[in-house]
Amino acid sequence: MRVSGKGQNQNAAPVSFTFDGQSYVGRQGDTLAAALLANDVRLVGRSFKYHRPRGILTAGSEEPNALVTMGDGASQDPNIRATTLELYDGLAARSQNAWPSLKFDVMAINDMMSPFLSAGFYYKTFMWPKSFWEAVYEPIIRRAAGLGALSGKANEDIYEKAFAHCDVLVIGAGPAGIMAALTAAKAGADVILADEDSVMGGRLNAETYNVGGHVGADWAAAQIEQLKALKNVRLMPRTTVTGAYDDGTFGALERVAGSGDAPLECFWRIVAKRSILCAGALERPIAFPNNDRPGIMMASAVRAYLNRWGVAPGATVTVFANNDDAHQTAVDLIDAGVNVAAVVDSREAAKPRGEYRLINGGLVTGTKGRHGLNQITVTHAGGIEEIETDCLAMSGGWNPTVHLTCHMNGRPTWNDDLQSFVPTDGTIPGMSVAGAAAGHMSNAACLKSGAQTACVVATDLGFSPNADVPSAEDTPYQIEPLWQVDGKGRKWLDFQNDVHVKDIKLAAQENFRSVEHMKRYTTQGMATDQGKSSNVSALAVLADATGRGIPETGTTTFRPPYVPVSIGAMGAGSQGNGFAPQRLTTSHHASVDRGAPMIEAGLWYRPSYFPKQGETTWLQSCNREVDYVRNTVGICDVSTLGKIDIQGPDAAAFLDFVYCNTFSSLKENRVRYGLMLREDGHVMDDGTTARLGPNHFVMTTTTAAAGQVMTHLEWVSQALRPDLNVRFASVTEQWAQFAVAGPKSRELLNSMLDDPIDEESWPFMACGEISISGVSGRLFRISFSGEHAYEVALPARFGASLFRQLVAQAEALGGGAYGMEALNVLRIEKGFITHAEIHGRVTAFDIGFDRMVSQKKDCIGNAASRRPGLLDIQREQMIGLKPVDPNESLTAGAHLFVEGADAVAANDQGYVTSVCHSPTLGHALGLGFLKDGPNRMGEHVMLVDHVRDVRTLCEVCHPVFFDPDGGRARG
Amino acid sequence: MITEVDAGPITLVAPLDGGRKATSEALKAAIGIGFPNPNRTQGTGPRAIWCGMEQALIVGAACPDLPQAVCVDHTDAWAIVRIEGDQVEDVLARLVPIDLRSAVFKRGHTARTFIGHMNGGVTRVGANAFEVMVMRSMAGTLVHDLESAANGVAARSV
Repeated sequence: MRVSGKGQNQNAAPVSFTFDGQSYVGRQGDTLAAALLANDVRLVGRSFKYHRPRGILTAGSEEPNALVTMGDGASQDPNIRATTLELYDGLAARSQNAWPSLKFDVMAINDMMSPFLSAGFYYKTFMWPKSFWEAVYEPIIRRAAGLGALSGKANEDIYEKAFAHCDVLVIGAGPAGIMAALTAAKAGADVILADEDSVMGGRLNAETYNVGGHVGADWAAAQIEQLKALKNVRLMPRTTVTGAYDDGTFGALERVAGSGDAPLECFWRIVAKRSILCAGALERPIAFPNNDRPGIMMASAVRAYLNRWGVAPGATVTVFANNDDAHQTAVDLIDAGVNVAAVVDSREAAKPRGEYRLINGGLVTGTKGRHGLNQITVTHAGGIEEIETDCLAMSGGWNPTVHLTCHMNGRPTWNDDLQSFVPTDGTIPGMSVAGAAAGHMSNAACLKSGAQTACVVATDLGFSPNADVPSAEDTPYQIEPLWQVDGKGRKWLDFQNDVHVKDIKLAAQENFRSVEHMKRYTTQGMATDQGKSSNVSALAVLADATGRGIPETGTTTFRPPYVPVSIGAMGAGSQGNGFAPQRLTTSHHASVDRGAPMIEAGLWYRPSYFPKQGETTWLQSCNREVDYVRNTVGICDVSTLGKIDIQGPDAAAFLDFVYCNTFSSLKENRVRYGLMLREDGHVMDDGTTARLGPNHFVMTTTTAAAGQVMTHLEWVSQALRPDLNVRFASVTEQWAQFAVAGPKSRELLNSMLDDPIDEESWPFMACGEISISGVSGRLFRISFSGEHAYEVALPARFGASLFRQLVAQAEALGGGAYGMEALNVLRIEKGFITHAEIHGRVTAFDIGFDRMVSQKKDCIGNAASRRPGLLDIQREQMIGLKPVDPNESLTAGAHLFVEGADAVAANDQGYVTSVCHSPTLGHALGLGFLKDGPNRMGEHVMLVDHVRDVRTLCEVCHPVFFDPDGGRARG
Repeated sequence: MITEVDAGPITLVAPLDGGRKATSEALKAAIGIGFPNPNRTQGTGPRAIWCGMEQALIVGAACPDLPQAVCVDHTDAWAIVRIEGDQVEDVLARLVPIDLRSAVFKRGHTARTFIGHMNGGVTRVGANAFEVMVMRSMAGTLVHDLESAANGVAARSV
């Protein structure tokens, strides 16, 4: 209920929202959790495993219980914490993990079954039969357990990613963070101040503290205004720093929550010279019997709801604590006119801080109320007492938020005075820790530590800071350990994963004694809250159960992200076409105009085939295009192949070193095929290289390996052969290059070239300068089809018009454009390799090119390629395949077996890399690798494709099926 | 505002071993700008943009004969856009991982870096203006990415 005269948003406008379809009114500035409590809605969810009724536990991002689902259809967004969700008009939230309704949840039967569902139950019970786990048990268990669900549809919401850079990143804008940011900024540093909350100020907004004579929240607001006015400060509210990484890089998730084109979330990568962690501390619950009912909350959360949002989470509140700080809850409530039944303090020596009933040495040993707390049992020196209360504010002490300091394998240090872990110095390079995160537990200490830390940091960065620290409360933090309270009923530790004290003890009993093993055995600390409220308490219970101390037991590993980050935010910009850049050739639009389906080749888009009217299958188009090249002339855009300009006095020597064959002997105006090896002696890439001048070469690479080869050349030049004076430049994008292939190719070219060519001036493997309509370009007589063919290149700006003109001329001669399908058929008919064959595990020997590895010179990969194992006759070597029955087909990826042998891995003889239907030969063809293949020509082998269920008896042939002596290409 | 830059001729110049000084002097004599240092440009009209180890692009002027260097025509190899406006740094921060703050990345500074998923170049040409260049074939993606980034920034300021 609302408390009149309380709350920073007490005069804010009303806001309508729904929860599970029911309409409510909250206030601008509320979180969903605050608005629900204001409307006396206490039951907000069902627990993960036992479907127990759960309420709001905290007022921050650590919330384990109050998770809701927002949105419908593709934009359904589960597991949103009601404690950080800002209320807006029309907000519609739904509860999770309950059916048919939150109040009457069928799966609550699990709670009755709880004696059978303890930790490890699944592992022990659902073991047999083995196949039942995936098929039967797991789906049933998964349906019953769990939190919110995704829609399963592609999300179309907008997300964003961005980078930011600064001198000092201050994480958290509580008293310490504000002082740190102010001090560093005033000294002149570029500062980013990031805070999870929509309103900066941290605990100052949740407490009734004073700072420098002002109300804490007002002081915070004034400092934020001051920071906002500074040009060297960037304030990032609603931004959770999620991870600390190398070199001062941090991940951060910003909730933008805008409308229209604004993204839902932005995932930031912030690079900071120095960082100051002012993340505060998280209050931890106490494990007493049945401590999970709606209405049992953290004491600090009760103060936050009261002081910030003017909401009393109950009509009669009781406080249960082991420290002085929690007493402030009673003081604040009484000041606001809320009834406080008692403060139960486990410490005998606790002293009251106001006019309330204090039960010293008291323990809460039981609770009642199925859907909401209505009574507690308190055990104290005077006996056992029932207290009517609808809200219990508990506090087991505070855990400094050490998470980010542990993201690079650091471990926190146990502090006996605070009964909690504190950061260990130097775990994150460049990071300092201030405020409660560093174990400074009073307001005054936080302000001072923020300022002092920033002074040290700013001085290190070469600035001259000075700090003016305002006065504030400096009440000492007094605590005595209290981790669990004995009594009948489950004592919950991890509310999100339904892990209680007995589960931890069971883990220890079953010898899962390491804290990491305990975590996996019980699931404590998993899921969306990552055990922010439960980790320290659970390991304290484990320490007790194993007879070790807490420091010896240690913590589990803290890993990023600190809060859940949606995959949508991390993959921002990569939806649809944003997945990868699109590289378009100059003929792209002309190809699309002709109806060609475009297929991806690396980042490039290339035409698959060019359909003609009347053709109903791709194969008809492909066969026609093959026919163009074999009988008239075809045009194909080959601009996507990598082109590298290589120049310098040592260019030829360099090529001899990177290619396994020799290029220094290549004459000017001639082209040679080259094979490149990796250092391990396997084939890296192949292509042709043309010599345009004494010190000038142009290398072509395959489309797929263009980048890899360029990187390789740079590596060889910089690291292995800096003695060679040579330079490279990628010219892939500079030139539009087209294959003109077929018996009528020269006739076509001569209709366009300014100076006609003939066999004598332009023989096979010749190259040189040409001009077309006065535009100078290059012409290479090379062939990937086995036909009399050329590649003609002009600067890219002429590509589109050159393509249209080439195709028009080809069509006039009875030919036309051809796509990747036909290109593939043409090269398989000729036994020419692509990366389907040179897939990274084959050698020059395997593809029958071992004689190309010149032994008259050294080259990359030469020595390694001579290893006996790589020259073994029993290696799988390249062969051609055709079906014995010409009507049968072949499949790529199939494996080869001796006829009659079982088609099992042990009998594997090889595999198929490329297949096609050859319209030229009238049957299927394949290329593949077979043990001792070259010596098995004419043998029959069985092709077995287990995936597509194909078995075809094949004949082993020479890989060159068509025109084996190459007469057609030579002309 | 995003506009295409018609840069005129572009030549990639890579001095051969020991040829940097002579190349710089020859460039200065012919078009008035020298060979740039790493991550720097020279000139504002015709200009030299560093683009890699011992490499620069001579943009907007015919490249003179440089006997001590390798020169390769790159006129058709690049798509260049100019992006300008008060929030230009915020827009580029959506795509470019490097520090572009004006105190660090000043007018005339250039870097080879990522623009989204693309490898390219970013040069500051004014207080609120940058030139961004990527391979020609990715021009469409460049415009798409810059527009999405700008829309995201604009939608926040509403």
